[in-house]
Amino acid sequence: MNREILTVRALTLYLKEVIDRDIILSSIWVRGEISNFKHHSSGHMYFTLKDEHAMIRAVMFKGRNQGMQFKPMDGIRVIAGGYVSIYEKDGQYQLYVQEMQPDGVGALYLAFEQLKAKLGQEGLFDETRKKPVPRLPRKVGVITSRSGAALHDIMRVAYRRFPKVNLVVRPVLVEGKEAPPQIVKALELMNQVESVDVIILARGGGKYEDLWAFNDEKVARAIFACKIPVITGIGHETDFTIADFVADLRAPTPSAAAERAVPNAEELQSTLVAATSRLRLGVRRKWEREEARLRGLLGSPAFTRPKNCINQLRQRLDDLTRALTLAGARQVRAERGRLATLAGRLNALSPLAVLARGYSLVRDYPGGLVVRSITQVFPGRQVEILLQDGSMDCTVLETRPAGVPVSEPFDVPSSEAEKGR
Amino acid sequence: MKQVPGETTKQPTFEEAMARLERVVRQLESGELSLDESLKLFQEGMALARQCSGLLDEAEGRIEELLEGAGGRPALRPMDLGGEGA
Repeated sequence: MNREILTVRALTLYLKEVIDRDIILSSIWVRGEISNFKHHSSGHMYFTLKDEHAMIRAVMFKGRNQGMQFKPMDGIRVIAGGYVSIYEKDGQYQLYVQEMQPDGVGALYLAFEQLKAKLGQEGLFDETRKKPVPRLPRKVGVITSRSGAALHDIMRVAYRRFPKVNLVVRPVLVEGKEAPPQIVKALELMNQVESVDVIILARGGGKYEDLWAFNDEKVARAIFACKIPVITGIGHETDFTIADFVADLRAPTPSAAAERAVPNAEELQSTLVAATSRLRLGVRRKWEREEARLRGLLGSPAFTRPKNCINQLRQRLDDLTRALTLAGARQVRAERGRLATLAGRLNALSPLAVLARGYSLVRDYPGGLVVRSITQVFPGRQVEILLQDGSMDCTVLETRPAGVPVSEPFDVPSSEAEKGR
Repeated sequence: MKQVPGETTKQPTFEEAMARLERVVRQLESGELSLDESLKLFQEGMALARQCSGLLDEAEGRIEELLEGAGGRPALRPMDLGGEGA
C-alpha cells in the first residue's frame, strides 16, 4: 500500500480527474424522476434524479434551462442528457444536465415542434386565412367525445345563452390511434350538413399525451380544408395543440368555445328592439320636422290672407307710380330752369343786344356777309347797315384805311365810323 | 334556405341583415334624407328587423346526431342523450 498521505483537496481533484477523463461519463442520458426540485433565484435548477433503487444529484444551469418546452417539477419522469463531474467543495458527484425532456412524450414534443414549423411555413396558421365566426349560426356542429365532460359543458353553455339553439353532434374518439381518422371524417361530414354555420372541435382536459390526436397532421389539414369556421376548445387554458393554431378561433376550453359559437339570445333580441325603436324615432323626428316646415309655410300670409297680399302689392304699385310722377315733374322743373339760364346767356351774346347799345352792323349787299374790312367793299358798292330798330340801304362813297384823315366834302363823325367797325 | 327556381333575390344571412339594419338606422338618424327617402328606409329597416327576428325564432332547440348515411352522405337523427353520463 502506498504510504503517501494526500490532502482532501488532492484526493478530490484526483477523483474529479478520473471521472472527467471517462468517455462514458462525459456524455450520457439518464432516465429518472425529479425530486427536491429547486429553481434558484440565480436561474440555475437544482434537483435529484431518482428511481426505485438509487438517486443522483443534478444541476441544470440557467444558460441550459431557458427555452425548455416544459416546466420541470417534482414527480415528473424525465430523460436528462449531460455529463457527470464532482463539485469539489462538498465532494459530491453530480449530473450536469444540458438537455432535458419529459420521459415518454419527449419524442412527441419534437414531432410537435417539427409539424408546427412545417404547417406554419405552408401558411396553415395565417391570420388572413381565418374565417369570421357568424353572429347567429343556424346550427352549431359539435365534434367531441360522446362520454366526456366537454359535450356536457358545451350543451350547458349553449342552452344558457340560446335556449333554442340547434346542435348537430358528431361523437368521436378523442384519444388513441383511432381518434385522428374519426375527427377528420367528422369534419368532412359536418361540412356537408345543411345549415351548420360553425363547428366546435373540443376535448376536455387531460394529460399532454391525451391531447395528441389534436396534434395530428391530417386533423390539422382537415380543419384547414373546412369551408365552415372551426372553433377549438381543447384541454385547459395552458394547452396549445396544432389544431388550435389552424382553427379559425381558439378558445381555451370547451365551455369557452361554446360561448364563442353560440350567441346570447337576449343580447341579440335587445339589439333588435333597440334598432327598431331607433328606426321609429328617426322617422318620427323627420316627420315632425317636415310637418313643422309645412305648417310654417301654410301659416304664411300668402296662404292665410291672399287678398290682403294682393292689396299690399297694389298699394306698392301706386306708391311707385306716384313717386315716378313726382320725380318726372321735378325733372321738368329743373330742365326749365336750366333753359332760362341758357336763354339769358344766349341773349347776352346776341348782336341785337349790341345794336341796342348804339352800335351798327354793316352787311355786304346782296351777299349778306358781315363787312369787317374796307377791303371787302369799294366805292359805289351797296351795303346794308343794321341798326337797333331796322336797316338802311347805303352806297359806299370812299374807303380809307384807319388813321387817314377824312376827306372833303363828307363830314362823317369819326366816332361813328370807328363804332361801325 | 333552398332557393325557388327563378327567384333571384337570395335571403340575406343574419349577419347581412343585421349589418344592413345598422346602416339603415344610422342613415335615418343622420336626418339628411328627404321625407320620402326616410320613409322608404324606415320600411326597409322594419322589414330587416322582422327578418332578423324571424331568423332568431327559426331555431327549434333540436339536438341531432350526425351519422354517415348511404354513399358517405351525412345523415341526421335525434340524439339519444340517455347514455350520457355527465
